[in-house]
Amino acid sequence: MIRDLKGIYIIWLRDIKRFFRDKPRLITGITRPSLYLFILGSGLSSAFGMFGGRGGDWYMDFVYPGILGMIVLFTSLFSAFSIVWDREFGFLKEILVAPISRTSIVVGKALSGSTISLFQGIILLIFAPLLHIKLNFPMIIKICLLILLTSFALTSLGILIASRMKSMQGFNMIMNFLVMPMFFLSGAMFPLKELPKWLEYLVNLNPLSYSIDALRYVMLEDRTFLAHPFFINILVISIFAVVMITLAIFVFNLTD
Amino acid sequence: MNTIISVKKLTKRFKNLTAVNEVSFNVNEGEIFGFLGPNGAGKTTTIDMLCTLLSPTSGEAVLNGYDVTKNRNKVRQCIGLVFQDPSLDDWLTAKENLEFHAMVYNIERKIAKKRIDEVLEIVELKDRKNDLVLNFSGGMKRRLEIARGLIHYPKVLFLDEPTLGLDPQTRNRVWEYIRDLKEKENITIFLTTHYMDEAENCDRIAIIDVGKIIAMDTPINLKKRVRGDIITVETSDNRSLNEELKKKKVKNIIFYNNKIQFEVYDSEKFIPKFIKESKEEIISISARKPTLDDVFLSLTGKKIREETVSGLDRMRKRFKMGRMRR
Repeated sequence: MIRDLKGIYIIWLRDIKRFFRDKPRLITGITRPSLYLFILGSGLSSAFGMFGGRGGDWYMDFVYPGILGMIVLFTSLFSAFSIVWDREFGFLKEILVAPISRTSIVVGKALSGSTISLFQGIILLIFAPLLHIKLNFPMIIKICLLILLTSFALTSLGILIASRMKSMQGFNMIMNFLVMPMFFLSGAMFPLKELPKWLEYLVNLNPLSYSIDALRYVMLEDRTFLAHPFFINILVISIFAVVMITLAIFVFNLTD
Repeated sequence: MNTIISVKKLTKRFKNLTAVNEVSFNVNEGEIFGFLGPNGAGKTTTIDMLCTLLSPTSGEAVLNGYDVTKNRNKVRQCIGLVFQDPSLDDWLTAKENLEFHAMVYNIERKIAKKRIDEVLEIVELKDRKNDLVLNFSGGMKRRLEIARGLIHYPKVLFLDEPTLGLDPQTRNRVWEYIRDLKEKENITIFLTTHYMDEAENCDRIAIIDVGKIIAMDTPINLKKRVRGDIITVETSDNRSLNEELKKKKVKNIIFYNNKIQFEVYDSEKFIPKFIKESKEEIISISARKPTLDDVFLSLTGKKIREETVSGLDRMRKRFKMGRMRR
């Protein structure tokens, strides 16, 4: 047991060291969220301001949790890329032949993915005052916990896919195939109410919708646009996380 | 002498290919044991099975008393590995790579610290301890990998083509380290190679081809199997020369590259007589003492091919230059 914890810690530590050492990756890690936030967020807000209704500031408040969710989605799924990378560049063999359990490798990777996602999320939170988004300390804690839970689930999904992938191209292709629909069907950009039936079904199948809904619950005072009760959101994400990590561990254990 | 690895009828089948076919052998404690054979002969597959990365289709292998399928973690703890392809993390320093290894092998922090200095000393990389592996040359990386394989005091060190892709000078250095290890660390070394000259450094060699061991002995005894000298001739008509040779007392006639090679007892007396009697025009002729190459040739009828850079390696280099990442 202690041995497994040690294994989890060292796998996690290495991924984190790599992330902060790899300067270009770190820079994109910081600039990408801000780009989405300032350009997409501000652009869409002014569009909504022009078209009337409740106005642009309202939309910024609304889309901010969505962009947060999007960044978590991208970062988590792609952080599992490290497994494919390690396989390609040989380091995975060093890990696989070591006397640590496959389970601790998967958990370590899932935790490092969550940590990196949290880091990205915090960068977005730092920009919040610039966009007139009001946050207080309890809110920030809740947001961080939500990000951790969501990214743990999504990284596990990434690991599940990565452990069956032999090539980097293959992994990238599947990921892009997965990321875009998950993003569009998450309600990051639009409210989940009064959607056409077919769209509503798809949105409800997407675990990310529940995370973004939960983030909105925490951040927005106006709750007219929420789709589900908070506890349902948390329940769905938690179940998703447990199922994903279990599957990832199971499949990764099958690899020789 | 104690047996440290004992393999019985080990077999690995992939879909419709038998990579390793009922291979049996023993390795004694403290020896350098070499697997010699061309690419695709089943060397790496055998190593992968011995170090628990692949499950055998049938047969059994026991390492240091532990079965490689039933006691995986026990086996893992007592082996060190240097893979054919690099397996270091480029974005960590030499020391961090070793620390990672020490931690996953559950070595106490205090002992690990001392041990890391010790192994870096052996491979003469102590002064590069805090440099990123990214900036290391191929030879330095290989040395660091050998150092890493030693940290947890393994009983057996596996080296899969330890000198592949290294320049001749670095190759010799690596071999010096390997021979040193045997004395300093009292460790058994199991290695694979397709370089004949390197195989001569081993205490014992198993020659493997198409998944089967075709000979196993000391290098000296193996060379004794080829008697006398090796003669290689190229003539205007190799076919009719072949007929002629069959009538003479020569052994192991083999065709390759438009040349005929055969063994005679005494080349100094044979050559003048041969040139005088030959009806065909002789383009070239040479004689030499047998090497392990000839042993392989006489056993299998073919030469071990030289390694070329694979497509994957080329891609790797391209990636490293382009710094592609996500």
